[in-house]
Amino acid sequence: MTLLSIQNLSLSIHKTEILKDVSLTVESGEIVAVTGESGSGKSMTAMTVMQLLPELAQTRGSVVLDGTDLLKLSESEMCRVRGQSVGMVFQEPMTALNPVKTIGDQVAETILIHDAMPKDKAYARAREVLDRVGLPAERFPLTRFPHELSGGQRQRVVIAMAIALRPKLLIADEPTTALDVTTQAQILDLLKELVAEFGMGLLMITHDLAVVADMADRITVMRYGEVVETGPTRQLLANMQHPYTRALFEASGHLVDLPPAPAPKPLLEVRDVVRDYRLPRTKLFAPPGHFRAVKGVSFTLNRGERLGLVGESGCGKSTLTRALLGLEPIQGGEILLDGQPVLSEGKPNLAVRRKMQVVFQDPFGSFNPRHRVDRLITEPFHLLDNPPTGAEREKAIGEALTAVGLKPSDAKKYIHEFSGGQRQRIAIARALIIRPELILFDEAVSALDVSVRAQILDLLAELCRAYNLTYLFISHDLSVVRTVTDRVLVMKSGEIVEQGETEQVFSNPQHPYTQTLIAAAPQLPDLDELKRSLTDA
Amino acid sequence: MVRYSLKRLLSLILSLAIASVVIFCVIEVAPGDPASFMLGINAQPDTVAALRAELGLDVPKWLRYLHWVGGMLQGDFGTSYTYHTPVSGMIADRLWVSLPLALYALAFSTLIAFPAGIYAAARRGKAGDMAVMGATQLGVAIPNFWFAMVMVLIFAINLRWFSAGGFAGWDKGFFAAMKSLTLPAISLGLPQAAILARVMRSALLDILGEDFMRTARAKGLTRRQALWRHGLRNAMIPVLTIIGLQFAFLMAGAIIIENVFYLPGLGRMVFQAISSRDLIVVESVVMLLVFAVILVNFLVDLAYAAVDPRLRSRT
Repeated sequence: MTLLSIQNLSLSIHKTEILKDVSLTVESGEIVAVTGESGSGKSMTAMTVMQLLPELAQTRGSVVLDGTDLLKLSESEMCRVRGQSVGMVFQEPMTALNPVKTIGDQVAETILIHDAMPKDKAYARAREVLDRVGLPAERFPLTRFPHELSGGQRQRVVIAMAIALRPKLLIADEPTTALDVTTQAQILDLLKELVAEFGMGLLMITHDLAVVADMADRITVMRYGEVVETGPTRQLLANMQHPYTRALFEASGHLVDLPPAPAPKPLLEVRDVVRDYRLPRTKLFAPPGHFRAVKGVSFTLNRGERLGLVGESGCGKSTLTRALLGLEPIQGGEILLDGQPVLSEGKPNLAVRRKMQVVFQDPFGSFNPRHRVDRLITEPFHLLDNPPTGAEREKAIGEALTAVGLKPSDAKKYIHEFSGGQRQRIAIARALIIRPELILFDEAVSALDVSVRAQILDLLAELCRAYNLTYLFISHDLSVVRTVTDRVLVMKSGEIVEQGETEQVFSNPQHPYTQTLIAAAPQLPDLDELKRSLTDA
Repeated sequence: MVRYSLKRLLSLILSLAIASVVIFCVIEVAPGDPASFMLGINAQPDTVAALRAELGLDVPKWLRYLHWVGGMLQGDFGTSYTYHTPVSGMIADRLWVSLPLALYALAFSTLIAFPAGIYAAARRGKAGDMAVMGATQLGVAIPNFWFAMVMVLIFAINLRWFSAGGFAGWDKGFFAAMKSLTLPAISLGLPQAAILARVMRSALLDILGEDFMRTARAKGLTRRQALWRHGLRNAMIPVLTIIGLQFAFLMAGAIIIENVFYLPGLGRMVFQAISSRDLIVVESVVMLLVFAVILVNFLVDLAYAAVDPRLRSRT
């Protein structure tokens, strides 16, 4: 019998249709991935199964779990299903746990709330599942609090809570999106093992096709609240029917066409840069300790070159970026742009600052919502001695907006009138408007959907041709860095462990860390190979 | 936890030391010499000088500060200029009214605010929430002395359940004393309860939107179980902050209510001492209030650590 069968499910909230006639099934021991871009309704489908929907949500159709239609259950009956028959793992492990309760209490709570066993047995079971998800008792006693654990460890606790009662169905909503690639690989492996071990069905929500291709037995592709295509993973990928599926796949592995870099001529020189943070005193009279976030980093960025900087969270890449911008003091070494220091006497050097601009990750948080676009993108003008005014200013605004694919008439709009991708274009326009020598892209496409990301990457390539851009592209996403950079730096624990031509580093990594990183990154399957293997079979 | 407590204790002692210097300086530089004030404008300079010597006002200021602080550490607050009785005794008498009043008002305010805030948060946007919010809006807006007068009109003058003012004294028994503190405690505590209920509600609503509340629901907890088990303790941090501030206000700010109800509390005493330039009384009472405020902050800090493990581990 089918474990979970969703038939013709429709969902509306405040009369807005969120889901339209969604149907999908999950068998025991099977991994079904629901994929699509933001707003496709994939998370809402999961929340409908859990019946954790906002108030005023109306559902039609049926969600049958093991013979019971969940849509017909009362709230108190549903409470017995949640945690017992269906477990759920969420995206953000940093906030998914209650900060004031121990991990033991939180895992045992799943068991105790369902009166599944007496208290001592419940804690013994909690111990057992924590061991099973890779948190052994010696290092992770039940009395640990969430803030004492890393993101990956917290996600293991969340998984332990979800599987404590061996539910028949596990729902994982973007379980690894917030994690580093190596941690992601471990968590995905753990989920696969658990499915095999307990014979659970796993309904996995993810936007990442590479993860899907690697994990899932079957795929359901959604768009605008509808299922556009569904089928066994290999067959579906080898023989994509719907244009949206094809577009999604193309965008996920999108390659851009960068113009060749000019002959090397140094623009940014970083020599032996050291950044120390003072740690809080641990003893009253002892000198405070230091944490070295950047340990003697040196590299050169040539004019017209596109340089990538990759590394996992906490490796020091953000600290280095801020130091390059002159936003952080450095305790050793020097940073020169065009031969001039970025910091002069501890203050940012204006002459240098106007040659550099930055584009940040968050297209929603990095704009003042009360300013119009023209004011937002002309902000860097205050770095200039004689900023353009009047008609000249209008012209600069128009040019910058046109360059990023927007219209000059967009200048009078407010930022909330734009989508995430358009906002990131505006952020690039803001960086471009004073024609800087160097642009830093700090995870600039990480928050975007794949199709929007592909467009922004194409825009970057176009701008490289039109403006001869020089940039430093900081990202944890290896596939993106691989296509938009000429050279790449790999950073680990404050040090650059490997650098070289991008293609060379990726195809033949030398340092063990780079090898691990590249091996851990999920990859889209080669379609031709996939088709061949299917016909052979 | 021990480390954290010791650190807070050290900061408490430092704060007290700094506060004592500030209080002493402020009161010393304030115009008005107690000796000449006591003797009136026609007094002879040598009489004033003699009185100054008698009051110990002629020694250098730093020495007077040391005497004052040293005395306080031994429980000797000096002798009142106007009443010629030990200040410590005067304070002790008054404290037996002010402290119970503050605690009574705080207990009253917390007992009303917690259920009201939790009730409103659990029924966000519904009629019950709106009723609670409307009532607390009124409670915040209406000054406590007006409440006091209305209550005297209703419960003392019309219904004759309570006396309109005065303090029965603890020698008349616990219930008689508490009865005479009831109307003042309610009028002091009601506006505080309104503020606290609003803080409780908004703190809980913030927590209800947190990811871990969704996790709790996904484990099978009902809405109510999630609120009680995971919401309340997290919401306590802002609530404790407000309770601490309120207790300080209730100790130091009851002057008006004490006047409305003719209660012989610290507020009235300090008010009278200021008008008669009884510096030593003013200094001592202010110091005592500062001590109470700092002590309450210390206790609130300890309560934070008890609630939130992240604070405990941060040294």
